[in-house]
Amino acid sequence: MPLEYPKESPSQTAGPFVHIGTVPSLAGLSLHPIAFGQTIAGPDVVGDRIVIEGHVYDGMGAPVRDMLIEVWQADPNGIYPHPADTRHAEVDSGFTGFGRVATDFDTGSFRIETVKPGSVPGRHDRPQAPHLSLWMVARGINVGLQTRLYFGDEAEANAADPLLALIDPATRRDTLIARAEGDGRYTFDIRLQGPKETVFLDV
Amino acid sequence: MSWDYYQRDRRWHPPALTPDYKTSVARSPRLPLLSVESSLSEITGPTFSHTSLGDLDNDLIHNYTGEAAIGERTIVHGHVMDENGRPVRGALLEVWQANAGGRYRHVKDGYLAPLDPNFGGCGRCLTDDEGGYVFRTVKPGAYPFRNSANSWRMAHIHFSIFGAGLAQRLITQMYFEGDPLRAQDPIAQTIPDAAALDRLVAPLDLNASIPLDSLAYRFDIVLRGSRQTLFENKMEGA
Repeated sequence: MPLEYPKESPSQTAGPFVHIGTVPSLAGLSLHPIAFGQTIAGPDVVGDRIVIEGHVYDGMGAPVRDMLIEVWQADPNGIYPHPADTRHAEVDSGFTGFGRVATDFDTGSFRIETVKPGSVPGRHDRPQAPHLSLWMVARGINVGLQTRLYFGDEAEANAADPLLALIDPATRRDTLIARAEGDGRYTFDIRLQGPKETVFLDV
Repeated sequence: MSWDYYQRDRRWHPPALTPDYKTSVARSPRLPLLSVESSLSEITGPTFSHTSLGDLDNDLIHNYTGEAAIGERTIVHGHVMDENGRPVRGALLEVWQANAGGRYRHVKDGYLAPLDPNFGGCGRCLTDDEGGYVFRTVKPGAYPFRNSANSWRMAHIHFSIFGAGLAQRLITQMYFEGDPLRAQDPIAQTIPDAAALDRLVAPLDLNASIPLDSLAYRFDIVLRGSRQTLFENKMEGA
């Protein structure tokens, strides 16, 4: 007899109304005293303030206007506010590292306001380039899509990043790198299909 | 540090491209996913606290106006565990659903069933030390949606679950035992294996029902397990 372990619950699409449950204010509901994911880095968190703007496009080139994007990141020193990162006590109290942004219901654009993360330790202490982890759900997406966002002004760190190095052909690495526009502004588009399809991760 | 999550069995989950659920056609990646080993970026994730929850957050019958919502009064309870059967403590569950008539409180929902003035349709709770959770609501109605001309969603509650790390992140749906629409619901049918879909069907739990008040359903959720099995005496995350 094979060993029996419980299997992961299968995924189902978040549907078009994911905001009702996860960002009720966007659905016009004021139900919960505290909304999760509204502030990634509070005003007192030390670090370089950055803004990332972009669009999510489907396979027909149409903007995806009902997407929920979750952001997870380390602080400017590369530390996660989580017990599995043993340095977590050093993280500023106003830093949650977690954000929820939705694409605009009319235009499909999104905007992430945060502080730039530091370099994060990888496996075997091999450094990873500064990055955000992104996780996306929407109608028509059966299993949440995970990817990363790296920064275009970190060319040296990106060239040494162990995850980016796995991407073959190398030309697809650009799909994970946000373009630096100066003054802490970045642009980053996500494409679900097509010639410039974003690299999605099977972690 | 080594704290890997088990590989996700993608044959057990719905594939990205499921043409009978038409919206997936233009929204499914066509290139292979990049397989990577988990790092600190994946084994960590946001954490949530009871102090951030309100008293009525897990009571969808009353949390919108304080007056009772209309419908079959329903208790949903269960446990969140990992693939080793260990409880997942402090997991955040967020739920959302249509009202008893099958309509969401959302500007984009134009279904002709009435809105219930006392039903908002969302709630949340955290699991306790044994991984247990409970909330109460009204049973959602079935509703039609624009897929094929005559596509209907079976009654369902949407679940968003945060475990301990980003790699455990899951959104899924709970269905009710004995629903006659199961075999034709195009979204339930994106799951290829009938045994996998069974796992999303909550059985009626008469023992947990409250006489003359509410019916109960039991819905257990399994998140991904991690390999940290041989060293249980280690500090969490050490």
